[in-house]
Amino acid sequence: MTQGTCFIAMRTLCIVTTILFLTGLPNPALAQGDHVGQYAQADIEYGLRLYRTTCAVCHAESGAGVPGTDISSATPRAQTDFELVALIRNGIEGTAMPPGEYADSELTALVAYVRTMAELDASNVQLGDASRGESLVMGKGDCTSCHRLGNAGALGMAPELTAIAASRTAGALQAALLDPNQAMIPINRPVQAVLSDGTVVSGRRMNEDTYTVQLIDDAGQLRSLDKTTLREFTVVEESPMPSYAETLTTQEIADVMSYLLTLRGVEGLD
Amino acid sequence: MVKRAVSLIGFMALCVLFASPGAVSGQDVGVTFDRILNAENEPENWLTYSGGYDSQRHSTLDQIDSDNVADLELKWVYQAESLDVFQTSPLVVDGIMYLTEAPNTVVALDAKLGRVFWRYEYTPSNLSRPCCGRVNRGLGMLGHTLFMATIDARLIAIDARTGRPLWFKQIANPDEGYAMTLAPLIIKDKVIIGVAGGEYGVRGFIAAYEADTGEEAWRFYTIPGPGEPGHETWGGGDAWMHGGASVWLTGSYDPDLNLTYWGIGNPGPDWNPEQRPGDNLYSDCVVALNADTGELEWYFQFTPNDDYDYDSVQIPVLVDYPAQDGSTLKLMLWGNRNGFFYVLDRQNGQFISGDPYVFVNWAESLDDNGRPVETPQAEGEPTFPGVQGGTNWYSPSYSPSTELFYLSAWEGYGSIFEAEPAEYEPGRLFLGGRPGNALPGAPVIPGIRRGAINNWTEAAGTGALIAIDPATGDERWRFDMTDVTSSGVLTTSADLLFTGNREGYFHALDARTGDLLWRRTLGGMIANGPMSFGVDGDQFIVAAAGHSLFVFGLPE
Repeated sequence: MTQGTCFIAMRTLCIVTTILFLTGLPNPALAQGDHVGQYAQADIEYGLRLYRTTCAVCHAESGAGVPGTDISSATPRAQTDFELVALIRNGIEGTAMPPGEYADSELTALVAYVRTMAELDASNVQLGDASRGESLVMGKGDCTSCHRLGNAGALGMAPELTAIAASRTAGALQAALLDPNQAMIPINRPVQAVLSDGTVVSGRRMNEDTYTVQLIDDAGQLRSLDKTTLREFTVVEESPMPSYAETLTTQEIADVMSYLLTLRGVEGLD
Repeated sequence: MVKRAVSLIGFMALCVLFASPGAVSGQDVGVTFDRILNAENEPENWLTYSGGYDSQRHSTLDQIDSDNVADLELKWVYQAESLDVFQTSPLVVDGIMYLTEAPNTVVALDAKLGRVFWRYEYTPSNLSRPCCGRVNRGLGMLGHTLFMATIDARLIAIDARTGRPLWFKQIANPDEGYAMTLAPLIIKDKVIIGVAGGEYGVRGFIAAYEADTGEEAWRFYTIPGPGEPGHETWGGGDAWMHGGASVWLTGSYDPDLNLTYWGIGNPGPDWNPEQRPGDNLYSDCVVALNADTGELEWYFQFTPNDDYDYDSVQIPVLVDYPAQDGSTLKLMLWGNRNGFFYVLDRQNGQFISGDPYVFVNWAESLDDNGRPVETPQAEGEPTFPGVQGGTNWYSPSYSPSTELFYLSAWEGYGSIFEAEPAEYEPGRLFLGGRPGNALPGAPVIPGIRRGAINNWTEAAGTGALIAIDPATGDERWRFDMTDVTSSGVLTTSADLLFTGNREGYFHALDARTGDLLWRRTLGGMIANGPMSFGVDGDQFIVAAAGHSLFVFGLPE
């Protein structure tokens, strides 16, 4: 028997082991997020608001304002959502369609609305009020007990809200309000470290490598820990944020959303 | 340890006696084909991209060993002026290091001190548009001439003593997306290169040029033309004309068989296989070519009609493996971007074995001929491995001492692939869709370049250095890392393994066990293949991190 035959025999055993290995593994990504092609209701509604202020002047509420073009039924220059994003961003040379500077969350919303506007009954859309939303965030919602907002609120416990609209879509913000566990992105999972002397440090990861982790602890202190010296290091997958599905009304959720979508950080700075 | 040091010094004394291994009858002829062929006889030098024609990236220098590796100290640093990713492997010849700096600058340095003799700065044409970074991976050398393949698809010959260009050859049109990023391979009197551009609808090829004149000796198109075998695997239309199948890493060579082996890249458009029905030969293949004529001897395809951009350009690692009957098996080991580790018979391309080394769901297994039994995922569901693959351009290593194969891997990393029709336009990206994030809303692992902060976390994927027993396909050990890794691997005869990672750490591991023996933080992503050389009896270890090259050695 040559070594070559030996290779083949060993391989058979190996395949059996491998199949067991593959089927036994949980797929960490399967439980996450929406499928491609679906649009969150919050994005559609935010898109409606943006559309009315930036697009309707030419395209009209109906989408048919430009002669020969009804964007509610077809966008022949942009077959895919990817192409529609590029078109909104770059405009169409030689036409009245100008380029526009939009945040990713706004582009997501505009695409979601344009793709669904034919079926949407806009009269049923409950648009929130941002000033009422601000009062709810500071008051009944008690958001700043965990989130930083401007110069107020806790530093280390949850993602900062000061520029949250620059990095989250309307759909993601609504999901976070209604189902925080499902919506929490991995970098925001709270971590808990037990130091060699038994001290427990809780906080939010800012960076991590094989040997160390950098975090901001619950007291707002920047900490850099040597993982090899820790007694325990835990990444908590359950969000400490409560769901507001029961504690805020539908109108109040819409108001909070309206306010959060105005939070873009310092004007003039990215 | 003392004995090893003495043996190296003895060897170096012999070298001094003969002026250099390149000296014949007192005349320094530089790097000869014979020297590259017998590179293991002069381990203080690093004469070709992967160290030798077998591409094992294994050094027989053993002065640095497990007893003293913890004493390694920084000897010198070379800071590149370029801010592009540092993917090059230097050559070292008789105490001189020849280095490329991205995109296409060549530097000659004193390998012991890091002081520069000369720099040749070539400015590529503004028409060049490499898809994935203005990078270069290294040089070839024959005689006293260095050969560089440029991102604007030129082959340039440079005098190694002066840095003066001797001739250049325009290989292809950069305005159509052709580029070159690999280190040329020297075989006999020829310089062999391949062209990149798989994301621009090029028609890939491998070609050989006369080292003294630049005249083309042969060309092998990686997509067969009309009337050639394999042409029918492109669906009968004109998909073959723009099917990619590029070449962007250096091949290997078996002198006994006179075959040179090259890995071939993805078919195009990348993510819409419906536009190119069929297996799409020779995309995602390894091809074995006659080194004198470029004629195809055999091929083996890893991923037919690829949906996922699983380029098969990885380094072909050639291993002579002792069989139980006393004969020698002539094997090729291949950790593929598609997540499977393959063992092939390099005499004829016959499939011997193949096993996944990371979590894979695009195929459930390989059949008896090595063809994948594919399991396409439902629309919107993630495919593993993701678009950057289970591994990629990162050079693997094989140690004849441990008889293990080592590679850098991305574990638990997937992409959601979306196909769409693509129309070919010369010089424009020709992709046919896009890979999406498997974790909607979360940061994506950067494909090529990592910044200072990891905000994608273990949920998006992790890194590992995996040691595989080629006899069984089994993982012997793994060294896990929090972030994915783009570093190559070097092993030495002292059973040390050197590798870096994207976090900026450079590691020495025990090649038998995976135990961590030493590490340094170098402050930037390590994306090249580490190598080793010797000068005056001292062994050195080299890694590039961020925009600098770091050279380590033992204390005086």
